[in-house]
Amino acid sequence: MATVSMDKVNKVYENGFHAVKDMDMEVADGEFMVLVGPSGCGKTTTLRMVAGLEDITSGTLRIGGKVVNDGTPRERDIAMVFQNYALYPHMTVAENIGFALKLRHLPKDQIRAKVTEAAKILDLTEWLDRKPGQLSGGQRQRVAMGRAIVREPSVFLMDEPLSNLDAKLRVQMRAEVQRIQRRINVATIYVTHDQIEAMTMGDRVIVMRDGTLQQVDTPQTLYDRPDNIFVAAFIGSPAMNLYDAVLGEDARSIKLGSQQVDLPDTVAIKRPALRSYIGQDVVVGMRPEHLRAAPPDYTGPTLVGNVELVESLGSELVVHFTIDANRVLAEGAVDKDEAAAVKDGEGVARVEARTPVKPGDKLPFAVDIKDMQFFDTQTDLAIRTCPEE
Amino acid sequence: MGARARRGWRKVINGVNFSAFIVVLFVGLPLYWLIISSFKTPSALGDSPPQYWPNPWSGANYSQAFNQYDFGSYFINSVIVTLCATALVLIFGTMAGYALGRLPMRGKFTLMVALLIISLFPEIAVIAPLYTLLKDLGWLNSYQGLIIPYTAFNLPFAIWILRNYMLGIPQEMEETARVDGAGPLRTVWSIIIPMALPGLFTAGIFCFTACWTEFLMALTFNINLKTIPVGVATFGTALEVPYGTIFAASVVAVVPIGVLVFIFRKNIISGLTSGAVKG
Repeated sequence: MATVSMDKVNKVYENGFHAVKDMDMEVADGEFMVLVGPSGCGKTTTLRMVAGLEDITSGTLRIGGKVVNDGTPRERDIAMVFQNYALYPHMTVAENIGFALKLRHLPKDQIRAKVTEAAKILDLTEWLDRKPGQLSGGQRQRVAMGRAIVREPSVFLMDEPLSNLDAKLRVQMRAEVQRIQRRINVATIYVTHDQIEAMTMGDRVIVMRDGTLQQVDTPQTLYDRPDNIFVAAFIGSPAMNLYDAVLGEDARSIKLGSQQVDLPDTVAIKRPALRSYIGQDVVVGMRPEHLRAAPPDYTGPTLVGNVELVESLGSELVVHFTIDANRVLAEGAVDKDEAAAVKDGEGVARVEARTPVKPGDKLPFAVDIKDMQFFDTQTDLAIRTCPEE
Repeated sequence: MGARARRGWRKVINGVNFSAFIVVLFVGLPLYWLIISSFKTPSALGDSPPQYWPNPWSGANYSQAFNQYDFGSYFINSVIVTLCATALVLIFGTMAGYALGRLPMRGKFTLMVALLIISLFPEIAVIAPLYTLLKDLGWLNSYQGLIIPYTAFNLPFAIWILRNYMLGIPQEMEETARVDGAGPLRTVWSIIIPMALPGLFTAGIFCFTACWTEFLMALTFNINLKTIPVGVATFGTALEVPYGTIFAASVVAVVPIGVLVFIFRKNIISGLTSGAVKG
């Protein structure tokens, strides 16, 4: 039981690569913190520094209030689950789970009791005498978890533990990992590149990019109020529609390509900072679910898109459309192949199932203005007045 | 796949089987001849046409090898020298293989190439200087006089095998052990060595066989403390070569290697192919 805190922690590798820059992080006792970001953003390095597998170049790492910068993994009392599980192939499941206890010279009957209990929690009882090679992917994953929880560590670290599982099992294990974490109730740091995992599992989520922290908050806040263009583009699937736009007079309209979308005055009242952008370029962000197919009698602000593709998910339609405004792609938020596939001015809307729409149509979307996001084109930061807004 | 294609494949497989049969015959026939001849009476050895099956079976050659000649002590000498050299090779080979395979170190590549070159040295090139060295040390006709050169000659190959094996063990295995609270020695002993066991078997069998059958150094350094190859070669006199006895001694000499290979055959194969298919 302990908290984890990082204060201005840096990691510079011998070859000069600055992997983690001025990282600040506070993980409360029992909290499930997720580190998410594209590959190479420094999230795994951060985790490994907490584990003691990577030296800290500068800054302070505290576990349970104690500075542990130079402590060995053993002294930090952490448990870690690796991406490839790293089970000892020559040991049985029971020996794998009990290895750490054996190293602490616990009496044999005590080890057996703890292993049995962990196996019960993880539904592994009948596999205790098997070797890892005889287990399925999901079972191996659970053994790796068992090895970590049996020690009752003060901090629980997980490095993309679900990425080797197939999609269906992953959804199932997501819930299981959460259930186990709630049960053992220790500070947990979970690394993933999958924003859906981050959103569904974390009490709070840290979004990282190029070694720097972008935003740390609850999943819902990250989704509703991203601090910058990167977070806006990274969190959410399908991604937020981000376009270059020009803010009209009195902040009462916004120009997206050749179209003008009227804004109610509440927009500027809620975001006084917008006033200084009047007549200037901004980046506008709209979540796909905030673009609905406008009913014929709709009088509110609309955006007309040329429908390119309609995907039916049963419960709703995902409509890919284009407008003549410039689509903004946050560098690194989507991978290069994906970015290359995005057409000029392409956007995505989620509309009701059975909406009569087909490729080639010109579909007017009702724009949900109150959830529209505005970003500065230079700094990429959200345009707001105060952070809690 | 159509029936015709399947038949085609069967032909290929049968072809492979047939060539394997020829190879086994080629290797097996001399061995068969060795074994049955060791059980023939001395007079039956020269029969024409030859006996393909001993008639009568006779143990005379075996009793002669052990009684008239001192084959028992040659055997013990061989066992001592071979086991000690193999043990030393495995101990040092594991340490060096671990260092070269898993630890950050400068000049690894140069070292590995140097080892390779050393392992290709012809034995005969170094035997004269080694002889004077051992003579000065007073180690001629001693166990260590063979154990140490054998260890030195077999180490490079063992290091190569073990290093490749250790390279294939994922880094996370060691990291997990560290997180579990194991120190470096404990990690090597409890995690790395068990995972490298097939490599150890392979290196061990190769080293055992090389030491067991080595002739040149054993003859040069230890003429009064004979190992099996030297002992068998010096059976008989200028007037008589006791073929039956030599055959019997050779059969006894082959048995340990055959038993070892049979017991560890799976490990040896997995040791030789590791790295080829393991990710």
